[in-house]
Amino acid sequence: MKSPFILSAAVAIHDSILNHESELESLDRAIGDGDHYINMKRGTQTIVEMQPELASLTPDAALNKIGMKLLSTIGGASGPLLASFFMGMAKVIKEKNDESLITYASAFAAGVEMIRQRGKADLGEKTMLDVLMPVANQFTALAAQNASAKEISAALILTAEQGMLATKDLIATKGRAAGLGERAIGHIDPGAKSCQLMIEAVCNLIE
Amino acid sequence: MKKFINKVDDVLVESLSGFALAHNDLVSLHLDPNFLTRKQKASNKVAIISGGGSGHEPLHAGYIGYGMLDAACPGHVFTSPTPDQMLAAAEAVHADKGILFIVKNYAGDVMNFEMAAEMLPYESATVLTSDDCAVVNSTYTTGRRGVAGTVIVEKCVGSLAETGADLQACKALGDKVNSRTASMGVALTSCTVPAAGRPTFDIGDTELEMGVGIHGEPGRRREAVREADAIVNDIVNAILESLKPDSNSEALLLINGFGATPLMELYLIYNTAARLFSEHGIKISRSLVGNYTTALDMAGASVTLCLLDNEIKQHWDSPVHTAALRWNR
Repeated sequence: MKSPFILSAAVAIHDSILNHESELESLDRAIGDGDHYINMKRGTQTIVEMQPELASLTPDAALNKIGMKLLSTIGGASGPLLASFFMGMAKVIKEKNDESLITYASAFAAGVEMIRQRGKADLGEKTMLDVLMPVANQFTALAAQNASAKEISAALILTAEQGMLATKDLIATKGRAAGLGERAIGHIDPGAKSCQLMIEAVCNLIE
Repeated sequence: MKKFINKVDDVLVESLSGFALAHNDLVSLHLDPNFLTRKQKASNKVAIISGGGSGHEPLHAGYIGYGMLDAACPGHVFTSPTPDQMLAAAEAVHADKGILFIVKNYAGDVMNFEMAAEMLPYESATVLTSDDCAVVNSTYTTGRRGVAGTVIVEKCVGSLAETGADLQACKALGDKVNSRTASMGVALTSCTVPAAGRPTFDIGDTELEMGVGIHGEPGRRREAVREADAIVNDIVNAILESLKPDSNSEALLLINGFGATPLMELYLIYNTAARLFSEHGIKISRSLVGNYTTALDMAGASVTLCLLDNEIKQHWDSPVHTAALRWNR
């Protein structure tokens, strides 16, 4: 992963969040407290504004910087969770120090594992992990089978979407929707939606 | 949306600045990262720091001062503060006996304070408040939400800390008060987050949300508005079911307004709640009625019962001098 890719990914993610304002807002108003869109917009905007600073950094340092910045700008649950993701990813990129898809897959999986630990949540709890864990598993599997970047990104877009849609029928046992019980059924988890959007935005950049 | 706003992005800082100006004998405001401390730094005591999303005023900055908090970290509206705020606040108020964080039990707050505690160069402990008994199903493993009972925890722990008690003793008292406290709220209207510009949830003119959270999160059920006694009766029963108090228990009864319900109605609620608890053999010996943990402009109220023992009573009665609670000094 090269720093220019990280910069274009940041822009693509920010654009995608902005383009889905009403959807993210209505999802969070239904089963959250209505602040998810605002927080994601603020966080991704800050990263876009850091472009000049990030451009001069190595990829692992850039990812770490993004994590620390998200930690101090997003707040809520998304802040520490997304920060943990980027810091976990940075660690693997630094250690492996190569540009193979296998390394990227393992960095992604390490980031997801950090989210799992920080949020003390697991698959099936109506959270962003319902998107991230299947995507991480598939990314790892396809990279091990030597699939091309284009094949992998096409597959991950679908898997992310399936994971996001699957949260609709789940009862929330983690996150702020957890107080709702069965009333959360029928609503897509806003955190899962924003993760799906971010994955889609980044995968669409792969030629 | 009709609100007193200049620019939406400036609401928080302008409000904090006004608070600091109005109470400049008590607090100092620090910006970027945002936190407030006592005007006079206390020495040789456990530093008590709380924080959380804004929009619940006077929680938490209104409780900074002698007998309660040393510092508070306000987040954006209804959004947890971030670790850099807690670290800066801890640096400012640390007084050689460690840091106690008092944190309302929400995923975001818990994670941000947890990361701050991991990065902190001082010894620390955390009391999680979880007094909201509206969410009872034990499969919801994030547990109950922290609401107005947090004020009682902050008051009692703050009092103990002034005596020079150590970190573990302060944490133990906080956990004890939390375990003996239960709350439940009801909303008549939604609230409107300034940056969102429209109500957080839709509710009909003849509906109420029973068990609502302090961010307008849905509670137990949506139902038709009834007479006050019937609404309060349901809340009192939920609290009794949660605390299972012995008859002859002595208790503190707190009626908290969510921001847009007049004191006249809060006292009416107090009247009913006090009578109902008395009928269950509970002796209400301490009271607090007013807007202590709000939800912006939500109309509604919560009822909180804290079962007293001699230790809790002593620390509730002890002198306190903050913007929002002040007595015996």
